[in-house]
Amino acid sequence: MSILIDAETTFIVQGITGREAVNLTRECLDYGAGAKIVGGVTPGRLGREVHGVPVFDTVAQAVEHHGAPIDGSVVTVPPAFTKDAVFEAIENGIKLIVIVTERIPRRDVAQMVELATLRGARIIGPNCLGIIVPDVIKMGGIGGPARNAAQAYTPGPIGVISRSGGMTTEMSSTLSASGLGQSTAVSIGGDAIIGSSYAELMPQFEADEQTQGIVIYTEPGGRMEAELAHWVTEDNSRLPIVAFMAGRFMDEMPGMSFGHAGTIVEGKEDTATEKIARLAQAGITVAERIEDIPDLIGAKIAERSAV
Amino acid sequence: MRFFEYEAREVVKRAGIPVTDYGFTTEASEAKQIAERIGGPTVIKSQVLTGGRMKAGGVKFADTPEEAEAHARDILALEINGHMPRGVLVDPKAEVAQEYYAGVVWDGTRKQPVMIFSPVGGIDIEQVAEEQPEKVGRRHFSNILPLSDFEAKEVIASTGVTGSALNKLVPIVTRLAKLFVENDMTLAEINPLGQLKDGSFVALDAHMDIENEARGRHKKLLADLGVGDEETRQAREATPFELAGEEVDATDHRGVAGNVTEFDGNLGLVIGAGGGSLTLFDAVRAHGGEPANYCEIGGNPSVAKACGLAKLVLQKPGVDKIAVMMSIVSNTRVDIVARGVIKACLELGYDPAEKIAIFRIPGAWEEEGFKILEKYGVEYADRSVSLNEAARRAVEKIQGVAP
Amino acid sequence: MRADGTFIAVEVSDEAAADAALAAKLTEACPVDIYAQATDGALELVERNLDECVLCGLCLVAAPQDTVRVIKLYDGEACLAAV
Repeated sequence: MSILIDAETTFIVQGITGREAVNLTRECLDYGAGAKIVGGVTPGRLGREVHGVPVFDTVAQAVEHHGAPIDGSVVTVPPAFTKDAVFEAIENGIKLIVIVTERIPRRDVAQMVELATLRGARIIGPNCLGIIVPDVIKMGGIGGPARNAAQAYTPGPIGVISRSGGMTTEMSSTLSASGLGQSTAVSIGGDAIIGSSYAELMPQFEADEQTQGIVIYTEPGGRMEAELAHWVTEDNSRLPIVAFMAGRFMDEMPGMSFGHAGTIVEGKEDTATEKIARLAQAGITVAERIEDIPDLIGAKIAERSAV
Repeated sequence: MRFFEYEAREVVKRAGIPVTDYGFTTEASEAKQIAERIGGPTVIKSQVLTGGRMKAGGVKFADTPEEAEAHARDILALEINGHMPRGVLVDPKAEVAQEYYAGVVWDGTRKQPVMIFSPVGGIDIEQVAEEQPEKVGRRHFSNILPLSDFEAKEVIASTGVTGSALNKLVPIVTRLAKLFVENDMTLAEINPLGQLKDGSFVALDAHMDIENEARGRHKKLLADLGVGDEETRQAREATPFELAGEEVDATDHRGVAGNVTEFDGNLGLVIGAGGGSLTLFDAVRAHGGEPANYCEIGGNPSVAKACGLAKLVLQKPGVDKIAVMMSIVSNTRVDIVARGVIKACLELGYDPAEKIAIFRIPGAWEEEGFKILEKYGVEYADRSVSLNEAARRAVEKIQGVAP
Repeated sequence: MRADGTFIAVEVSDEAAADAALAAKLTEACPVDIYAQATDGALELVERNLDECVLCGLCLVAAPQDTVRVIKLYDGEACLAAV
């Protein structure tokens, strides 16, 4: 199985006529069994088609055309319009929203997340590449064109959660090369406030029988790793976790942001050193190098199944 | 982006929170005029974006306008932690009965803003939270429901404050929360919030950070405060090398080839993307390498842009070789980056095989990319070589150790 | 006519290069502006954009067969195949 999406998941692409969105639509249609993209939305472009996907002015039109609730939406509209697009998706009954857009102010993100919570919807991102279930479906640009995605991702027992889109692929490729496939890989986004953190996705992986272990990519900035450490300790998770921490050099440079907007270190707890200590305390192994991850997670899985 | 105190005070004042009758100036003579207008003892405060100004002698008390002028002259010439002051603030020396603290920040875990209040002000709030946790009140508030006065009332009352002080503080904390939200702040803090002898409250110092991503929708405020678009106010000023990096990134709108930060090593880095750059920079250092710079490539930049970035790094004094490395790419194209970095070498009269220590970018269009690299004899690696191993090889090469 | 960059060369038959309608078509088709039209309508090759070629083959689709060749100088002068 998988988390969040499967072969039957239907979704739309908001902002579908943009250059990146056109590519993303092609990629998702080509990957695995072919994503069920039931429509696209760009205001003023009703009646067009993008790779055979009908374009509508509103989400409501897309839902009406589909004749049933739509599961998800990939939002790729410019930052100034993202909040409105996400509100529109939520108010039209969509329960899973992947926000690709970068550089959205925190206040807007927080508003979107709060409305989603009220309506029982989930947001992945912003500033993310989406979700992939190897060989089955991908929702978002994750892994790139179908051929490239197939090279890096293979089905298997590892859940991958990453604050960096590119590193989701790098780590999954390393796992795949060692014969450890992925159940689902989620690029959660690199901003200071995001829809779904590690800890918020853990219950989903916990409930997924296919998943036997978790690999995460982390960075300095924010409290998400502390939240995960807390969750793991409190909820006595069945899943072993291996983490990779990038940006250790940033500890020497407080107040500077590198890589992603969310990496700015605003307090002592945000540093790489502090996070590594917290993760380790919760029994999460922190890998020094990406290539060490397969052996580490493999050993931890073997250890748990031996008990 | 952080505001100077004189700007933050203006933001506070505009929100309807009482402030002292201060003045800001860049001239010592004008400091005297402001002190004359205030008519009484004053405090002269250096306007710098760094902590510890009190200890460094950046805050001085004056009894007369002449003394205010003399202090202003000294402070204007005083460098603090490598920062020269933007100017000085001349503030009436208030008769403070008690110092309070009021602040608003984001809680990224709860994804809501949180009001923080304490009757113990004038010192670092984190210190108060550690030593007297019962004296710090916190309360999250909704992003979509309208803010209501009771929320500030609850947080203030939770610290034991009651009586007329409570009623006077509620509108101040509510206004602070509103200004935080409306101005897209990431920090809005009044510390100390002074209670004067007559019982009234006045903001004696303020710290404000506005989110960079939201600057576009606060053009009027920023213009009113005289903040230019070019002012980034990073932890340190951008170097000419870093500014040149921004120029490279602005050559066209396709992708990113920039976000350059200067370091003083001999190994030039042409790396990407966001997470890959962080990983690679760590890896180079872990192997004893000395990076000349940090940078990011992503989003499929043009050949010209990749070339411009590589040229900039190659021309940096002290750079012997460059390492071109990225995590597996799916949007950025291997062949396009390969063309860019080889072109940079050729245009500067270098042999790419000599100057490029290693090229490790696997992914989209790698077959084409590897053909280009082969033609120019550049050492390259596919995805079977880890980021860490690629960094190790690059460091080994620049240190002249035989592989 | 032929123009060479460092990595990419483009060759257009003289007959095709003189065809203003084709020149307009090529100018429209190329996403990186390698083709342009002179004031008299004839085709021009923009040398500084040659190396920006993304090998999309849209120019080969726009032109009659064998009138336009996109040559990879790094691959033994191999020609880009029409899609």
